[in-house]
Amino acid sequence: MDKLLNIALPKGRLGEKVYAMFEAAGFDCPSIKEPGRKLIFENEATGVRYFWVKPSDVAIYVERGAADIGVAGKDILLEYEPDVYELHDLAIGKCRMAVAAKKDFRDNRARTLRVATKFTNIALKYYNSVGRDIDIIHLNGSIELAPILGLSDVIVDIVETGATLKENDLTVVEEIVPISARLIANKAGYRFKTEQINGLVKKMREM
Amino acid sequence: MNESSFAGKNLSSELCGLYGSYGYVRYKMNKFEEYDLYARNKDFLVADSVITFTDTNGKLMALKPDVTLSIAKNCRDAAGEVNKLYYDENVYRVSKGTNSFKEIRQLGVECTGEIDDYCILEVLSLALKSLQAISPECALDVSELSVISGILDGCDLTASQKRELLKRIGEKNLHELQALCEAADMAAETVSLLKTLVASYGKPSDVLPVLKTLLPGHPGLARLETLTGALGSDAVRIDFSLVSDMSYYNGVVFKGYVGGLPESVVSGGQYDRLMEKMKHTSCAVGFAVYLDLLEGFAAPSAAYDADVLLLYGKADSPAKVLAAAQKLTAEGKTVCVRKNVPAKLRYKAVVDLTEGGACHG
Repeated sequence: MDKLLNIALPKGRLGEKVYAMFEAAGFDCPSIKEPGRKLIFENEATGVRYFWVKPSDVAIYVERGAADIGVAGKDILLEYEPDVYELHDLAIGKCRMAVAAKKDFRDNRARTLRVATKFTNIALKYYNSVGRDIDIIHLNGSIELAPILGLSDVIVDIVETGATLKENDLTVVEEIVPISARLIANKAGYRFKTEQINGLVKKMREM
Repeated sequence: MNESSFAGKNLSSELCGLYGSYGYVRYKMNKFEEYDLYARNKDFLVADSVITFTDTNGKLMALKPDVTLSIAKNCRDAAGEVNKLYYDENVYRVSKGTNSFKEIRQLGVECTGEIDDYCILEVLSLALKSLQAISPECALDVSELSVISGILDGCDLTASQKRELLKRIGEKNLHELQALCEAADMAAETVSLLKTLVASYGKPSDVLPVLKTLLPGHPGLARLETLTGALGSDAVRIDFSLVSDMSYYNGVVFKGYVGGLPESVVSGGQYDRLMEKMKHTSCAVGFAVYLDLLEGFAAPSAAYDADVLLLYGKADSPAKVLAAAQKLTAEGKTVCVRKNVPAKLRYKAVVDLTEGGACHG
């Protein structure tokens, strides 16, 4: 079996921050900083192999065992519910999953609430927990448009600073759950690379 | 690759032989079961969806999504007796990835009746041998549910709080476990103990002595020590994050993993609570081996479709072609007989009967 620890990193700014944390913890891989389009980098000396993947795909790589560990946003973990271990909250990429609506929105409980979102599962679970009947409108982007154009009453989306909402005359109505980047591990991979994974998690927790 | 063979072995017959050698009797089942059985025990099933149809007598039937429920239903309680069964059946479940129904080959062992620790040890040992038959690189993780449930039952928790805590325990999610325990006003020592249990993972000889100092005299830990000691294998680990559904399972539960496979290939434990729900006085322990997970794994794809491509023409009589093919197979070669060279066939050599049997390497 492959002895290197396979680590799926989310492409983009968050992934770069995460790599910096791994590097500071002693799991560096200098080739990752070389310019180019390469996606896989390994360093036998530190026993790691990194690969860049689309942030929403990290959990799939880890659940399916292509990566032993990875870093995924809590939003992705709540939405797709992959069967993985969630070993550490890296406390970076912090934001919140929230319900937002037009500033003059008032919930009329006499009718079904129309909710536009990318996060169908999170929205369904949230409204189920508060006993509200909803109609889900699944969108893939520009969610903020939905209430402005009357497509939905509210949206369920990630809110970081709230600037996009403000610019579109929307406001947070309810906070659902705080979001941050989490270190996840494949359940089977954990069995066979226990010391490597526990060692890495320990160092990350000490940071 | 056939799903019942792994790394060139016929795994299912090897495992059936193993279970038979310990006196387990083959249990052959009907493909269908009344839907009501699954509707009443939905939480026991791995996936919610079941393929249903109306039988000729109007009864709503289902294609079996699970074998254990049927065995538990048909179990006969008799004082002092133990029934040992194994099965090799197809079940029908929704595959997580495709969200469509899939036929899954499942092999397993069930032991019902007056179950004692020997029966549990025997089942654990068979689970371990099953894993070792699949791959020498394997791990059998064992837990005793009474250890975690004892702690949770001692706290004043609502059903939803307990469910959320068990979810975090199963994820080894210590940061959220801590937050939930604090929100539930659990004592700091209890939270610390719970976190230590969940974080502990390793060989029984490393893990159990530490835990025994935290939970002195706990019968669950003593039981684990006895059972894992008797198994005496480096592949056995203790893992308290194994929290199978406690409304069905109790006591010893376990999962088995093999290197290179992303999920557990063996899963089992004691399910006395399921038996109670079905009004049985018997206890039960068993496990399933998910053969479908082995499909397409570890077998390198063959470099060639055939050793020899045997070409013949219109002038060659069928008897001559057959004799040439038989000669090659008798030499232990695989042969593919064609009139023309197939576009995608990969072969090592060509024997062309139109050229008098000339061989091109």
